[in-house]
Amino acid sequence: MEPSDIPPPRVEVGVLGWLKKNLFSPWYNALLTIASLAFVVFVVRVVLRWALFSARWEVVTINIKVFMIGRYPASEAWRVIASLGIVLVLAALTWFFRKAKGRPIRRWLVLAWIASFPVIGILLRGFGEDNPFMPRVSAEVWSGLLLTLVLAIVGIVASFPIGVLMALGRRSRLPVIRVLCTIYIETIRGVPLISVLFMSQLMLPLFLPPQIRLATVMRALVGITLFSSAYTAENVRGGLAAVPRGQYEAAQAVGLNKALMMILIVLPQALRNVIPAIVGQFTALFKDTTLVVIVGLLELLGIGKAVTGQKQFIGLHQEVYFFVAVLFFICCYLMSYGSRRLEKKLGVGER
Amino acid sequence: MKRTGSQTSRVPFWRDIRVLRWVAQFVFLMAVIALILWAISNYRQRGMIFSYSFLDKEASFDLAEGIEFEPTDSYARAFLVGVLNTIRVAVVGIIFATLLGLFTGISRLSGNWLLSKIATVYIEIIRNTPLLVQLFFLYFAVILKLPKLSTAVILPGPAYLSNRGIVAPWPRLAEAFRLWWPFLLLALGAAIVLIVIRRRSQARLGRPGIRAVWVFAAFVLIPLAGWFIVPGRPLWLDIPELIQKSGGVIKVEGGITLSSEFTALLLGLVIYTGAYIAEVVRAGLQSVAKGQTEAARAQGFTNGQIIRLIVLPQALRVIIPPLISQYLNLTKNSSLAIAIGFLDLYAVSQTMLNQSGRVVEVFFMIMGSYLAISLTISLIMNIVNKRMQIVER
Repeated sequence: MEPSDIPPPRVEVGVLGWLKKNLFSPWYNALLTIASLAFVVFVVRVVLRWALFSARWEVVTINIKVFMIGRYPASEAWRVIASLGIVLVLAALTWFFRKAKGRPIRRWLVLAWIASFPVIGILLRGFGEDNPFMPRVSAEVWSGLLLTLVLAIVGIVASFPIGVLMALGRRSRLPVIRVLCTIYIETIRGVPLISVLFMSQLMLPLFLPPQIRLATVMRALVGITLFSSAYTAENVRGGLAAVPRGQYEAAQAVGLNKALMMILIVLPQALRNVIPAIVGQFTALFKDTTLVVIVGLLELLGIGKAVTGQKQFIGLHQEVYFFVAVLFFICCYLMSYGSRRLEKKLGVGER
Repeated sequence: MKRTGSQTSRVPFWRDIRVLRWVAQFVFLMAVIALILWAISNYRQRGMIFSYSFLDKEASFDLAEGIEFEPTDSYARAFLVGVLNTIRVAVVGIIFATLLGLFTGISRLSGNWLLSKIATVYIEIIRNTPLLVQLFFLYFAVILKLPKLSTAVILPGPAYLSNRGIVAPWPRLAEAFRLWWPFLLLALGAAIVLIVIRRRSQARLGRPGIRAVWVFAAFVLIPLAGWFIVPGRPLWLDIPELIQKSGGVIKVEGGITLSSEFTALLLGLVIYTGAYIAEVVRAGLQSVAKGQTEAARAQGFTNGQIIRLIVLPQALRVIIPPLISQYLNLTKNSSLAIAIGFLDLYAVSQTMLNQSGRVVEVFFMIMGSYLAISLTISLIMNIVNKRMQIVER
């Protein structure tokens, strides 16, 4: 019999072989496995027993609408749903035409995405106080998951242009501009978000003329944008650094001036490189929006806190915060999964 | 480069790139200054002043956490209490987060399928939920739901776990410590001398003359010898006791008390940052090429030597820079303490602000303190990093 015809030992293959190889050899691994198994069984038992028998989930089911839109008037809830619909339709179209590179439909989609911002803004905010069709819903009552999303999306979008300018400024050859941009970026990155929010909530109004009055939500947005733009700047700077030197030289060789070189040659490549990093930053910002609860806004976590104060549900912190955590987990996990896919697809770091 | 007068004069100054650069910078600077002046003038118009004189005034509020503080103490001392509380939670948090991250990161790469899956699940859950939600859950849904002090969970030690936090035994200095500390100093000196000798011999002969065990022995045996030579015990263990006061009030005396806020914040920060550090550690270990381990094994290194001499020095170079930013994140994240009522630097500042109304002054103090703490951590870690980078050659 040829050596290759000898079947492998029985315990090396199949389920048993896998178990032996991955869990029970050498002996200390077996101990580790047993300890881990005991840990898993314990945790799962505790969680399941709580979730199935002792938890009072009606606090979540009754308040589900409150978690989603908070104090947004119930009669106007269709506007939130319509906004969500716009985003979903656009997302579906984008996904459907993802292969149609260079076709005019792509250009229209980009325009539609850009246009969706003011449209959704108007939809959510409404017109005048007594407009019969869409009465004004002041930003002060935006809350729940709606507010979380608004803060995160507006924050990342608004911080993007500022971040790009800051990144360019930090790489500038003009010392004054470089130093000022560096001070800004490093100061913001050196302090916690909550102190920037503090500044935008309490200090900003003092430094604006008395006739300008910003709503709390707007002030929080200013703080989030200022904070986020410093991080965007660093991401973009990384993308700029990854553009090969030859690209700059080639652009100069064909006679482009500095501005055109940046806009036509360098930035498109740099920004493509930073897309995964920006998605990661968006996930971080999405999580960080919970901090506005400290300055008194009712985003998802703030609503959770308010719900635990309801008379009939007092003391149900476990159920409420568990639910909030699960919602955040689903959103963030999907985003980081998407970011990983995107990274693979764009081949960042693989060149 | 030499320029002749005629060349310079041919380019009019408004098209001279050198002039334009200075003009651009000047305009930019002026715009920034104008913005700042405009903001200051708005501030003045409200009749606000800028002065730190309030720092010497009586704070007239109480702080329940940290070094001793009376309501009659000054604002400056209140702020100090906050800063020290932040440093305390940050330092302890960094130590435990590093240990947890190291353990989890290695577990994730473990050949044991179950262990590595547990580590992955932990990392994914923690990294994909906001820290503040975790803190709320830990504080409101776990720690505050623990039994009352009278029915506290008694852990071996004994340590008492209740909704008022943890009370645990704690070593304290006794009278005899005066005689014992010279032994500690001696041990430290001996260990340093031995390490220097090892280094020298390594450089000269290519192998350490003294085995590493001896360094460790010197460090342990000398204090141990001192422990028995010195009359009396240099340290004593302060064991907490539940005491029934008159009127049925139950109190704990002795030991060290970690308040429920401190416990929740510390646990939250450690669990959160630990997950991030685990990923840093995993990436670092994976960055060491497999051929390095194989080559070392082929040369007859033992498993321990491979990790200590081949893998770690290379992995640490990759690990340390992102580790620094995780340490900084932990420190900055400790400002979330205010949401669960731990009196860190930010929470104390908020109280100071409510009492004194000095928004801008307090804000600059907050910014300055965080920047100072961040810079200190960066500085220390950069020194460590430099030393690691030398190993590279």
